[in-house]
Amino acid sequence: MPTYRPHTYRPDTPSHPPVSWPEYKSNVGRAPHKPFVLLPQRLGEITGPLLGEGRVGANDNDLTLGHDGEPQGQRIIVSGRVLDGDGRPVAGTLLEVWQANAGGRYRHDADRHPAPLDPNFTGVGRTITDSDGRYSFTTIQPGAYPWRNHDNAWRPAHIHFSLFGTAFTQRLITQMYFEGDPLFAQDPIFNSVRDPKAREAMVAKFDLATTVPEWALGFQWDIVLRGKNPTPLEEEDDDE
Amino acid sequence: MSESQSTGLQLSGLQTTPSQTVGPFFRHGLEWEDGPYVVPEGTSGAFRIEGTVFDGAGLPVPDAVIETWQADPDGRFDHPDDPRGAVRWKDFRGFGRSATDPEGRYSVLTVKPGPLPVAGGGREAPHLNVSVFCRGMLVRLVTRIYFPDEEEANTVDPVLTSIDDPARRATLIAGIAGSAPTETTPPGYRFDIHLQGEHETVFFDL
Repeated sequence: MPTYRPHTYRPDTPSHPPVSWPEYKSNVGRAPHKPFVLLPQRLGEITGPLLGEGRVGANDNDLTLGHDGEPQGQRIIVSGRVLDGDGRPVAGTLLEVWQANAGGRYRHDADRHPAPLDPNFTGVGRTITDSDGRYSFTTIQPGAYPWRNHDNAWRPAHIHFSLFGTAFTQRLITQMYFEGDPLFAQDPIFNSVRDPKAREAMVAKFDLATTVPEWALGFQWDIVLRGKNPTPLEEEDDDE
Repeated sequence: MSESQSTGLQLSGLQTTPSQTVGPFFRHGLEWEDGPYVVPEGTSGAFRIEGTVFDGAGLPVPDAVIETWQADPDGRFDHPDDPRGAVRWKDFRGFGRSATDPEGRYSVLTVKPGPLPVAGGGREAPHLNVSVFCRGMLVRLVTRIYFPDEEEANTVDPVLTSIDDPARRATLIAGIAGSAPTETTPPGYRFDIHLQGEHETVFFDL
Protein backbone atom coordinates (compact mmCIF):
# COMPACT_ATOMS: atom_id res chain seq x y z
CA MET A 1 0.00 0.00 0.00
CA PRO A 2 1.75 3.16 -1.15
CA THR A 3 1.52 6.27 0.97
CA TYR A 4 0.70 9.46 -0.84
CA ARG A 5 2.75 12.00 0.98
CA PRO A 6 4.77 14.03 -1.48
CA HIS A 7 5.98 17.54 -0.74
CA THR A 8 3.69 20.34 0.35
CA TYR A 9 4.09 24.11 -0.06
CA ARG A 10 5.19 26.52 2.65
CA PRO A 11 2.70 29.08 3.85
CA ASP A 12 3.41 32.62 2.67
CA THR A 13 0.42 34.51 4.03
CA PRO A 14 2.44 37.57 5.23
CA SER A 15 3.45 38.25 1.60
CA HIS A 16 -0.15 38.79 0.58
CA PRO A 17 -2.83 41.39 1.24
CA PRO A 18 -5.27 40.67 4.04
CA VAL A 19 -8.65 39.16 3.14
CA SER A 20 -10.36 42.24 4.51
CA TRP A 21 -8.99 45.60 3.34
CA PRO A 22 -11.69 48.27 3.55
CA GLU A 23 -9.54 51.05 2.05
CA TYR A 24 -10.31 49.28 -1.20
CA LYS A 25 -14.02 50.09 -1.22
CA SER A 26 -15.33 47.17 -3.25
CA ASN A 27 -13.63 44.81 -0.80
CA VAL A 28 -16.09 45.76 1.95
CA GLY A 29 -19.15 43.94 0.63
CA ARG A 30 -17.24 41.00 -0.77
CA ALA A 31 -14.54 39.92 1.68
CA PRO A 32 -15.63 36.91 3.74
CA HIS A 33 -16.11 37.55 7.46
CA LYS A 34 -15.78 34.06 8.86
CA PRO A 35 -12.39 32.57 9.63
CA PHE A 36 -10.92 30.31 6.95
CA VAL A 37 -10.79 26.56 7.56
CA LEU A 38 -7.37 24.95 7.28
CA LEU A 39 -7.13 22.80 4.14
CA PRO A 40 -4.31 20.27 4.47
CA GLN A 41 -2.34 19.95 1.23
CA ARG A 42 -3.06 16.57 -0.27
CA LEU A 43 -3.08 15.23 -3.83
CA GLY A 44 -5.54 17.77 -5.20
CA GLU A 45 -3.65 20.70 -3.73
CA ILE A 46 -0.10 19.74 -4.74
CA THR A 47 -1.16 18.99 -8.31
CA GLY A 48 -2.58 21.54 -10.70
CA PRO A 49 -3.29 22.19 -14.35
CA LEU A 50 -0.16 22.03 -16.50
CA LEU A 51 -1.34 24.29 -19.29
CA GLY A 52 0.87 25.72 -21.93
CA GLU A 53 1.60 24.22 -25.29
CA GLY A 54 -1.44 24.58 -27.49
CA ARG A 55 -2.77 27.56 -25.55
CA VAL A 56 -0.19 30.01 -26.87
CA GLY A 57 0.29 31.24 -30.43
CA ALA A 58 3.59 32.28 -31.97
CA ASN A 59 3.17 36.04 -31.38
CA ASP A 60 1.05 35.94 -28.25
CA ASN A 61 3.89 37.42 -26.16
CA ASP A 62 4.06 40.51 -28.38
CA LEU A 63 1.08 42.74 -27.62
CA THR A 64 2.15 45.26 -30.25
CA LEU A 65 1.38 42.81 -33.08
CA GLY A 66 -1.81 41.42 -34.53
CA HIS A 67 -3.39 44.67 -35.66
CA ASP A 68 -3.24 46.73 -38.83
CA GLY A 69 -0.74 49.16 -37.39
CA GLU A 70 1.50 49.91 -34.44
CA PRO A 71 -0.13 50.84 -31.13
CA GLN A 72 0.40 54.28 -29.63
CA GLY A 73 2.75 54.62 -26.71
CA GLN A 74 6.17 53.76 -25.36
CA ARG A 75 7.26 50.31 -26.52
CA ILE A 76 8.63 48.19 -23.64
CA ILE A 77 9.96 44.67 -23.14
CA VAL A 78 9.09 43.11 -19.79
CA SER A 79 11.11 40.00 -19.01
CA GLY A 80 12.24 37.93 -16.07
CA ARG A 81 12.00 34.52 -14.50
CA VAL A 82 9.32 32.56 -12.73
CA LEU A 83 10.86 30.89 -9.68
CA ASP A 84 9.55 29.02 -6.71
CA GLY A 85 10.30 30.22 -3.19
CA ASP A 86 13.58 28.29 -3.18
CA GLY A 87 14.84 29.86 -6.38
CA ARG A 88 14.07 26.87 -8.59
CA PRO A 89 12.92 27.89 -12.06
CA VAL A 90 9.31 27.07 -12.88
CA ALA A 91 9.62 25.80 -16.45
CA GLY A 92 6.88 25.44 -19.03
CA THR A 93 4.25 27.34 -17.07
CA LEU A 94 1.57 29.53 -18.65
CA LEU A 95 1.57 33.29 -18.04
CA GLU A 96 -1.43 35.38 -19.02
CA VAL A 97 -1.29 39.17 -19.01
CA TRP A 98 -3.74 41.97 -19.64
CA GLN A 99 -3.42 45.73 -19.36
CA ALA A 100 -4.72 49.17 -20.25
CA ASN A 101 -3.43 50.98 -23.33
CA ALA A 102 -1.05 53.95 -23.30
CA GLY A 103 -3.91 56.28 -22.37
CA GLY A 104 -5.01 54.17 -19.41
CA ARG A 105 -8.04 52.66 -21.12
CA TYR A 106 -8.94 48.96 -21.11
CA ARG A 107 -10.63 47.30 -24.03
CA HIS A 108 -13.63 46.42 -21.87
CA ASP A 109 -17.26 47.54 -22.10
CA ALA A 110 -17.34 48.57 -18.46
CA ASP A 111 -14.32 50.87 -18.70
CA ARG A 112 -15.79 54.39 -18.75
CA HIS A 113 -12.51 56.31 -18.59
CA PRO A 114 -12.84 58.97 -21.31
CA ALA A 115 -9.46 58.13 -22.83
CA PRO A 116 -9.34 56.85 -26.41
CA LEU A 117 -9.30 53.20 -27.30
CA ASP A 118 -6.38 52.31 -29.55
CA PRO A 119 -7.52 50.33 -32.61
CA ASN A 120 -4.04 48.78 -32.71
CA PHE A 121 -3.94 47.57 -29.13
CA THR A 122 -6.00 44.90 -27.40
CA GLY A 123 -3.80 44.55 -24.33
CA VAL A 124 -3.81 40.76 -23.92
CA GLY A 125 -0.82 38.43 -24.03
CA ARG A 126 0.21 34.87 -23.18
CA THR A 127 3.47 33.01 -23.02
CA ILE A 128 5.13 29.96 -21.52
CA THR A 129 8.33 29.98 -19.48
CA ASP A 130 11.38 28.27 -20.97
CA SER A 131 13.45 25.61 -19.21
CA ASP A 132 15.11 28.30 -17.05
CA GLY A 133 11.73 29.75 -16.08
CA ARG A 134 12.29 32.77 -18.34
CA TYR A 135 9.52 34.76 -19.97
CA SER A 136 9.37 37.91 -22.08
CA PHE A 137 6.57 40.20 -23.25
CA THR A 138 6.80 43.06 -25.73
CA THR A 139 4.10 45.61 -25.12
CA ILE A 140 3.28 49.28 -24.55
CA GLN A 141 3.77 51.10 -21.26
CA PRO A 142 0.25 51.17 -19.83
CA GLY A 143 -1.17 54.49 -18.67
CA ALA A 144 -2.46 55.31 -15.20
CA TYR A 145 -6.22 55.53 -14.95
CA PRO A 146 -8.78 57.14 -12.68
CA TRP A 147 -11.25 55.16 -10.59
CA ARG A 148 -13.85 56.09 -8.02
CA ASN A 149 -12.44 54.44 -4.91
CA HIS A 150 -11.75 57.74 -3.20
CA ASP A 151 -11.47 61.41 -4.13
CA ASN A 152 -9.18 61.90 -7.15
CA ALA A 153 -8.14 58.24 -7.10
CA TRP A 154 -5.75 56.97 -9.80
CA ARG A 155 -4.34 53.51 -10.24
CA PRO A 156 -0.59 53.41 -10.80
CA ALA A 157 0.35 51.96 -14.20
CA HIS A 158 0.32 48.17 -13.99
CA ILE A 159 0.12 44.96 -15.97
CA HIS A 160 -2.05 42.11 -14.65
CA PHE A 161 -0.27 38.74 -14.49
CA SER A 162 -1.89 35.33 -13.99
CA LEU A 163 0.24 32.25 -13.22
CA PHE A 164 -0.42 28.61 -12.45
CA GLY A 165 2.94 27.25 -11.30
CA THR A 166 2.74 23.49 -11.01
CA ALA A 167 0.21 23.14 -8.19
CA PHE A 168 -3.26 24.40 -7.24
CA THR A 169 -1.51 25.79 -4.16
CA GLN A 170 0.79 27.99 -6.28
CA ARG A 171 -1.94 29.69 -8.32
CA LEU A 172 -1.34 33.45 -8.39
CA ILE A 173 -2.99 36.49 -9.92
CA THR A 174 -1.06 39.69 -9.33
CA GLN A 175 -0.13 43.05 -10.82
CA MET A 176 3.27 44.28 -11.97
CA TYR A 177 4.05 47.94 -11.30
CA PHE A 178 6.77 50.27 -12.56
CA GLU A 179 9.66 51.59 -10.48
CA GLY A 180 9.22 55.04 -9.01
CA ASP A 181 5.54 55.54 -9.82
CA PRO A 182 4.35 58.64 -7.90
CA LEU A 183 0.87 57.11 -7.59
CA PHE A 184 1.96 54.31 -5.24
CA ALA A 185 1.41 56.39 -2.11
CA GLN A 186 -2.33 56.87 -2.65
CA ASP A 187 -3.18 53.44 -4.10
CA PRO A 188 -5.01 51.15 -1.66
CA ILE A 189 -4.49 48.11 -3.87
CA PHE A 190 -0.70 48.45 -4.01
CA ASN A 191 -0.63 49.32 -0.29
CA SER A 192 -2.84 46.41 0.70
CA VAL A 193 0.45 44.50 0.81
CA ARG A 194 1.67 45.55 4.21
CA ASP A 195 5.27 44.37 4.11
CA PRO A 196 7.44 46.92 2.20
CA LYS A 197 9.71 44.11 1.00
CA ALA A 198 6.71 42.28 -0.42
CA ARG A 199 5.45 45.47 -2.09
CA GLU A 200 8.87 45.86 -3.67
CA ALA A 201 8.44 42.37 -5.18
CA MET A 202 5.59 43.73 -7.35
CA VAL A 203 7.73 46.48 -8.90
CA ALA A 204 9.59 45.99 -12.19
CA LYS A 205 12.97 47.67 -12.55
CA PHE A 206 14.19 49.54 -15.59
CA ASP A 207 17.00 47.50 -17.15
CA LEU A 208 19.46 48.91 -19.67
CA ALA A 209 20.78 45.44 -20.53
CA THR A 210 17.44 44.34 -21.98
CA THR A 211 16.69 47.75 -23.49
CA VAL A 212 16.90 47.41 -27.25
CA PRO A 213 18.65 50.39 -28.88
CA GLU A 214 16.37 52.56 -30.97
CA TRP A 215 13.46 50.23 -30.27
CA ALA A 216 12.18 49.51 -26.75
CA LEU A 217 12.84 50.07 -23.04
CA GLY A 218 13.63 46.97 -20.98
CA PHE A 219 12.07 46.16 -17.61
CA GLN A 220 13.02 43.20 -15.42
CA TRP A 221 10.56 41.46 -13.14
CA ASP A 222 10.95 38.07 -11.49
CA ILE A 223 7.89 36.33 -10.14
CA VAL A 224 8.23 34.05 -7.13
CA LEU A 225 5.64 31.39 -6.36
CA ARG A 226 5.34 29.44 -3.11
CA GLY A 227 8.27 27.19 -2.23
CA LYS A 228 8.12 23.61 -1.02
CA ASN A 229 8.39 22.21 2.46
CA PRO A 230 11.02 19.55 2.94
CA THR A 231 9.52 16.16 2.06
CA PRO A 232 8.73 14.19 5.24
CA LEU A 233 9.40 10.84 3.60
CA GLU A 234 12.83 11.94 2.46
CA GLU A 235 13.66 13.01 5.99
CA GLU A 236 12.62 9.62 7.30
CA ASP A 237 14.84 7.99 4.72
CA ASP A 238 17.74 10.17 5.80
CA ASP A 239 17.33 8.99 9.36
CA GLU A 240 17.61 5.35 8.46
CA MET B 1 17.47 36.59 -7.50
CA SER B 2 21.15 36.49 -8.38
CA GLU B 3 22.02 36.02 -4.71
CA SER B 4 20.07 32.78 -4.44
CA GLN B 5 21.63 31.56 -7.64
CA SER B 6 25.15 32.10 -6.33
CA THR B 7 24.57 30.64 -2.87
CA GLY B 8 22.36 27.76 -3.93
CA LEU B 9 18.94 26.97 -2.56
CA GLN B 10 18.05 28.73 0.64
CA LEU B 11 15.55 27.19 2.99
CA SER B 12 14.60 30.62 4.28
CA GLY B 13 13.26 31.20 0.80
CA LEU B 14 12.73 34.11 -1.51
CA GLN B 15 10.08 36.77 -1.04
CA THR B 16 7.01 35.41 -2.82
CA THR B 17 5.21 37.75 -5.16
CA PRO B 18 2.06 39.13 -3.50
CA SER B 19 -1.44 38.53 -4.79
CA GLN B 20 -3.40 41.48 -6.21
CA THR B 21 -6.97 41.81 -7.35
CA VAL B 22 -8.00 40.46 -10.74
CA GLY B 23 -9.80 43.81 -11.12
CA PRO B 24 -12.92 44.52 -13.15
CA PHE B 25 -11.34 44.26 -16.61
CA PHE B 26 -9.97 40.69 -16.69
CA ARG B 27 -12.41 39.39 -19.29
CA HIS B 28 -10.29 39.90 -22.38
CA GLY B 29 -7.26 38.51 -20.56
CA LEU B 30 -8.67 35.43 -18.89
CA GLU B 31 -11.74 34.29 -20.81
CA TRP B 32 -11.11 31.22 -22.95
CA GLU B 33 -13.63 29.85 -25.38
CA ASP B 34 -13.02 26.35 -23.98
CA GLY B 35 -12.64 27.60 -20.39
CA PRO B 36 -15.81 26.01 -18.97
CA TYR B 37 -15.03 22.59 -20.49
CA VAL B 38 -13.23 20.34 -18.05
CA VAL B 39 -14.25 17.65 -20.54
CA PRO B 40 -15.31 18.24 -24.15
CA GLU B 41 -18.98 18.59 -25.02
CA GLY B 42 -20.45 15.17 -25.74
CA THR B 43 -18.29 13.31 -23.22
CA SER B 44 -20.18 10.35 -21.84
CA GLY B 45 -21.51 11.04 -18.37
CA ALA B 46 -20.70 14.75 -18.49
CA PHE B 47 -22.84 17.19 -16.51
CA ARG B 48 -22.87 20.87 -15.66
CA ILE B 49 -22.08 22.43 -12.35
CA GLU B 50 -23.53 25.92 -12.26
CA GLY B 51 -24.22 28.55 -9.71
CA THR B 52 -24.30 32.20 -8.79
CA VAL B 53 -21.72 34.19 -6.89
CA PHE B 54 -23.33 36.52 -4.32
CA ASP B 55 -21.86 39.39 -2.33
CA GLY B 56 -22.63 40.26 1.28
CA ALA B 57 -25.80 42.16 0.29
CA GLY B 58 -27.08 39.11 -1.57
CA LEU B 59 -26.45 40.75 -4.94
CA PRO B 60 -24.94 38.75 -7.79
CA VAL B 61 -21.26 39.35 -8.54
CA PRO B 62 -20.94 39.92 -12.30
CA ASP B 63 -17.17 40.31 -12.31
CA ALA B 64 -15.84 37.10 -10.77
CA VAL B 65 -13.95 34.26 -12.35
CA ILE B 66 -14.31 30.73 -11.01
CA GLU B 67 -11.70 28.05 -11.60
CA THR B 68 -12.05 24.36 -10.80
CA TRP B 69 -9.43 21.62 -10.40
CA GLN B 70 -10.30 17.98 -9.88
CA ALA B 71 -9.20 14.38 -10.22
CA ASP B 72 -10.41 12.19 -13.08
CA PRO B 73 -13.13 9.59 -12.52
CA ASP B 74 -10.44 7.15 -11.30
CA GLY B 75 -9.40 9.66 -8.63
CA ARG B 76 -6.10 10.35 -10.36
CA PHE B 77 -4.24 13.40 -11.60
CA ASP B 78 -2.25 13.54 -14.82
CA HIS B 79 0.58 15.28 -13.00
CA PRO B 80 4.13 14.29 -11.99
CA ASP B 81 3.33 14.80 -8.31
CA ASP B 82 0.60 12.18 -8.36
CA PRO B 83 2.78 9.09 -7.92
CA ARG B 84 0.12 6.92 -9.57
CA GLY B 85 -0.31 9.07 -12.68
CA ALA B 86 -3.43 8.92 -14.84
CA VAL B 87 -4.09 5.99 -17.11
CA ARG B 88 -7.34 6.75 -18.94
CA TRP B 89 -9.46 9.82 -19.77
CA LYS B 90 -7.45 11.28 -22.61
CA ASP B 91 -9.66 14.33 -23.14
CA PHE B 92 -9.94 15.13 -19.46
CA ARG B 93 -8.35 18.51 -18.62
CA GLY B 94 -9.19 18.53 -14.93
CA PHE B 95 -9.33 22.33 -15.05
CA GLY B 96 -12.30 24.59 -15.67
CA ARG B 97 -12.59 28.37 -15.86
CA SER B 98 -15.79 30.37 -16.06
CA ALA B 99 -16.24 34.12 -15.70
CA THR B 100 -19.58 35.11 -14.18
CA ASP B 101 -22.20 36.65 -16.46
CA PRO B 102 -24.15 39.87 -15.69
CA GLU B 103 -26.39 37.82 -13.36
CA GLY B 104 -23.38 36.47 -11.47
CA ARG B 105 -23.70 32.98 -12.94
CA TYR B 106 -20.88 30.60 -13.80
CA SER B 107 -20.98 27.12 -15.29
CA VAL B 108 -18.54 24.29 -16.03
CA LEU B 109 -19.03 21.00 -17.87
CA THR B 110 -17.32 18.09 -16.17
CA VAL B 111 -17.49 14.50 -14.98
CA LYS B 112 -17.51 13.31 -11.39
CA PRO B 113 -14.03 12.86 -9.93
CA GLY B 114 -13.15 9.68 -8.09
CA PRO B 115 -12.34 9.65 -4.37
CA LEU B 116 -8.73 10.41 -3.38
CA PRO B 117 -6.49 8.32 -1.13
CA VAL B 118 -5.27 10.07 2.02
CA ALA B 119 -1.82 9.50 3.50
CA GLY B 120 -2.19 7.49 6.70
CA GLY B 121 -5.51 5.99 5.59
CA GLY B 122 -8.97 7.11 4.63
CA ARG B 123 -10.29 8.81 1.53
CA GLU B 124 -11.40 12.20 0.43
CA ALA B 125 -14.91 12.17 -1.01
CA PRO B 126 -15.29 13.19 -4.67
CA HIS B 127 -14.91 16.96 -4.89
CA LEU B 128 -13.65 19.87 -6.97
CA ASN B 129 -11.19 22.41 -5.67
CA VAL B 130 -12.38 25.90 -6.52
CA SER B 131 -10.61 29.25 -6.83
CA VAL B 132 -12.67 32.45 -6.76
CA PHE B 133 -11.22 35.71 -8.04
CA CYS B 134 -13.19 38.93 -8.31
CA ARG B 135 -12.99 42.68 -8.27
CA GLY B 136 -12.80 43.68 -4.63
CA MET B 137 -10.87 40.62 -3.45
CA LEU B 138 -7.13 41.08 -3.18
CA VAL B 139 -6.44 37.39 -2.65
CA ARG B 140 -7.82 34.23 -4.18
CA LEU B 141 -10.61 32.54 -2.26
CA VAL B 142 -10.44 28.75 -2.12
CA THR B 143 -13.45 26.53 -1.60
CA ARG B 144 -14.63 23.04 -2.54
CA ILE B 145 -17.62 21.53 -4.29
CA TYR B 146 -18.82 18.19 -2.87
CA PHE B 147 -21.68 16.09 -4.28
CA PRO B 148 -25.05 15.57 -2.60
CA ASP B 149 -25.30 11.99 -3.90
CA GLU B 150 -22.08 10.92 -2.16
CA GLU B 151 -23.48 10.95 1.34
CA GLU B 152 -21.54 7.98 2.59
CA ALA B 153 -18.19 9.29 1.32
CA ASN B 154 -18.98 12.80 2.55
CA THR B 155 -19.62 11.48 6.07
CA VAL B 156 -16.01 10.33 6.41
CA ASP B 157 -14.31 12.99 4.30
CA PRO B 158 -11.46 14.44 6.42
CA VAL B 159 -12.08 18.02 5.27
CA LEU B 160 -15.85 18.01 5.73
CA THR B 161 -15.54 16.33 9.12
CA SER B 162 -13.05 18.99 10.22
CA ILE B 163 -15.91 21.51 10.08
CA ASP B 164 -17.99 21.18 13.24
CA ASP B 165 -21.00 23.29 12.32
CA PRO B 166 -23.33 21.29 10.04
CA ALA B 167 -24.74 24.48 8.49
CA ARG B 168 -21.24 25.61 7.54
CA ARG B 169 -20.39 22.14 6.22
CA ALA B 170 -23.51 22.23 4.07
CA THR B 171 -22.23 25.28 2.18
CA LEU B 172 -19.70 22.97 0.49
CA ILE B 173 -22.24 20.47 -0.83
CA ALA B 174 -23.84 21.14 -4.21
CA GLY B 175 -27.55 20.75 -4.88
CA ILE B 176 -29.12 18.79 -7.73
CA ALA B 177 -30.06 21.09 -10.60
CA GLY B 178 -31.17 21.17 -14.16
CA SER B 179 -33.24 18.58 -15.96
CA ALA B 180 -34.07 15.26 -14.36
CA PRO B 181 -31.34 12.66 -14.71
CA THR B 182 -31.84 9.74 -17.08
CA GLU B 183 -30.06 6.41 -17.34
CA THR B 184 -27.37 7.95 -19.53
CA THR B 185 -27.34 11.56 -18.34
CA PRO B 186 -26.42 12.24 -14.74
CA PRO B 187 -27.98 15.20 -12.98
CA GLY B 188 -26.47 18.63 -13.11
CA TYR B 189 -25.51 20.35 -9.91
CA ARG B 190 -26.00 23.79 -8.46
CA PHE B 191 -23.34 25.36 -6.28
CA ASP B 192 -23.84 28.97 -5.25
CA ILE B 193 -20.98 30.86 -3.69
CA HIS B 194 -21.76 33.40 -0.97
CA LEU B 195 -18.73 35.59 -0.39
CA GLN B 196 -20.19 37.07 2.77
CA GLY B 197 -23.33 37.15 4.87
CA GLU B 198 -25.64 34.69 6.58
CA HIS B 199 -24.94 31.89 4.10
CA GLU B 200 -21.24 32.62 3.69
CA THR B 201 -19.52 29.73 1.95
CA VAL B 202 -16.69 27.99 3.78
CA PHE B 203 -13.36 29.22 2.42
CA PHE B 204 -10.05 27.56 3.07
CA ASP B 205 -6.64 28.56 4.20
CA LEU B 206 -4.35 26.60 1.92
